[in-house]
Amino acid sequence: MLEIDALTKRFFGLTAVDRISTRFERGQVSAIIGPNGAGKTTFFNLVAGTHRPSSGRILYQGRDVTGLRPDRVARLGIARTFQTTHLFDNATVLDNLIVGHRLRTRSGLWDVLVNSRRLQQDERLCRDKALQALDFVGLSHLADRIAADITQEERKRVAFALALATDPELLLLDEPAGGVNPEETVGLAALIRKLVDHGKTVCLIEHKMDMIMRLADKIVVLNNGAKIAEGTPAEIRRDPQVIEAYLGADHAAV
Amino acid sequence: MQALQGRLGWAALALLAIAFPLVAQNNYLVSVATQAFIMAIAVLGLNLITGYTGQFNLAHGAFMAVGAYAVGILTVDHQVPYWIAFALAGLVTAALGFFVGILSLRLKGHYFSIFTLCVSYIMFLLIEKWESLTHGPVGIMGIPAPTGIGPLQFGTPLSQYYLVLAFLALGIWIMARIVRSLLGRSFMAVRNSDELAEALGVDLMRTKTLSFVLSVTYAGVAGALYAGQVRFLGPDLASEAVTFDLVMFALVGGIGTLLGPLVGTALVTFLTQSLQFLQDYRMVVFGPVLILLIIFLPDGIVGTWLKHRARRVHAARTQARQQSSGPQPAERNRAERHA
Repeated sequence: MLEIDALTKRFFGLTAVDRISTRFERGQVSAIIGPNGAGKTTFFNLVAGTHRPSSGRILYQGRDVTGLRPDRVARLGIARTFQTTHLFDNATVLDNLIVGHRLRTRSGLWDVLVNSRRLQQDERLCRDKALQALDFVGLSHLADRIAADITQEERKRVAFALALATDPELLLLDEPAGGVNPEETVGLAALIRKLVDHGKTVCLIEHKMDMIMRLADKIVVLNNGAKIAEGTPAEIRRDPQVIEAYLGADHAAV
Repeated sequence: MQALQGRLGWAALALLAIAFPLVAQNNYLVSVATQAFIMAIAVLGLNLITGYTGQFNLAHGAFMAVGAYAVGILTVDHQVPYWIAFALAGLVTAALGFFVGILSLRLKGHYFSIFTLCVSYIMFLLIEKWESLTHGPVGIMGIPAPTGIGPLQFGTPLSQYYLVLAFLALGIWIMARIVRSLLGRSFMAVRNSDELAEALGVDLMRTKTLSFVLSVTYAGVAGALYAGQVRFLGPDLASEAVTFDLVMFALVGGIGTLLGPLVGTALVTFLTQSLQFLQDYRMVVFGPVLILLIIFLPDGIVGTWLKHRARRVHAARTQARQQSSGPQPAERNRAERHA
């Protein structure tokens, strides 16, 4: 689904992402792990188009998407969530979600001024998509709640719903379980599994190792911008380089 | 309160505005209100780019001056009929806004604001120094009042009042259309987080430029009406003081709300008018009032009220649900967990 070939990003001499090559397969959960500053989020920014790579190629469904603008990448079916969830706190949860499907609609200023039929159809479509996405993440009961009043875990779920409303094939989730308690983490992991069961492909960055080990089909380990290992959770657990660079000597016995 | 929301509330406001001159019976008050309405049209526009799209434009007053000068120059120096000059003023402002927009909107946050402040000052200097075009510091005098349309004549303060009121109503109506549509949602997504908006497939440059052009067109139209009402123009109209007045009106009323620009403009105009008797000391009263407003109502008057109302509506709905079916299992769990 996504092929990365020797992807590199340098910021003024600092190599944040160093010749990473890997593949993410359709219908799988792939995880990217690594210590802080390993280049995980920069890697996501390159795939999503926020930064242009210094060199290397990104192929999405066989198509070269290297250096494409983020809104173009989103239109091709790659959605992402961020570490911090930016919701508009003064609006309801549903209002926050409706714009999610805007990229699949074509109404412009003229449609707005004359209140065209196309605009009305688009508005209905976006609202339906938002409601479906909210239902999918299990938060239908919060549709009318002010976004400022929901919990951190609910915010995470709303962020998933927003990404889902864009009708993506591939979801890039940056620390989907950051800042939520262990009990809620289990619920979020189940939700990610549900995404995959419904035909989505997921790639996520996460620090919570037990969640990753249970959830991921494949793990890519980054350190200092470079890939140091790649494989199934079982393989990663045994990899001496990973143990040394990331998990620490204590985990060698696990 | 409930009855004053939605359509009915707007109808009540319209009636109030229509009845005002009949109650006031005073030409001075009517022309003060007319100027406030003109400012309100400009603030509506400023609110689109600043309140709804999150880009703090500090050149808005200068764009208003461009609209006004377009009418002044065309009618006085080139004998163009008022309404043709009026339409051209809108177009000129929109076109200038497009070029300023594609340049300045590459910058974000405070950089954008400072850039537009500089643009504003350049526009002020151009108007002040380019004497062959703008008459320089002398200004443009003898601008004709808007010519009549059919049986309607706009020579008297009263008829000007209703003319401007009609444009204000049109401006509000169009703005309501825009901000309640998917287009408006794109603007608000950019305000909320441009990074997230782009990840959701919003073309940032296109969206921001469209908002900017629409916004300054409101300023241009307001300027054109200003020229026809005040009939005299000086370069001071392009000074940053005008922009900051507009910003103040927007902040007091509540940016990012439809009603905010109107409430803010009306309230501040009313305050400054009623403090006239204090002469130079009025700022001693006005300043602290403004500071208190910003401290206690950071979302502005309308913004604070809307937030309060949204919470109440949700509380009422939850209560209604619970009374009809008892707490939902999911909600009960949640409540227990948070207890």
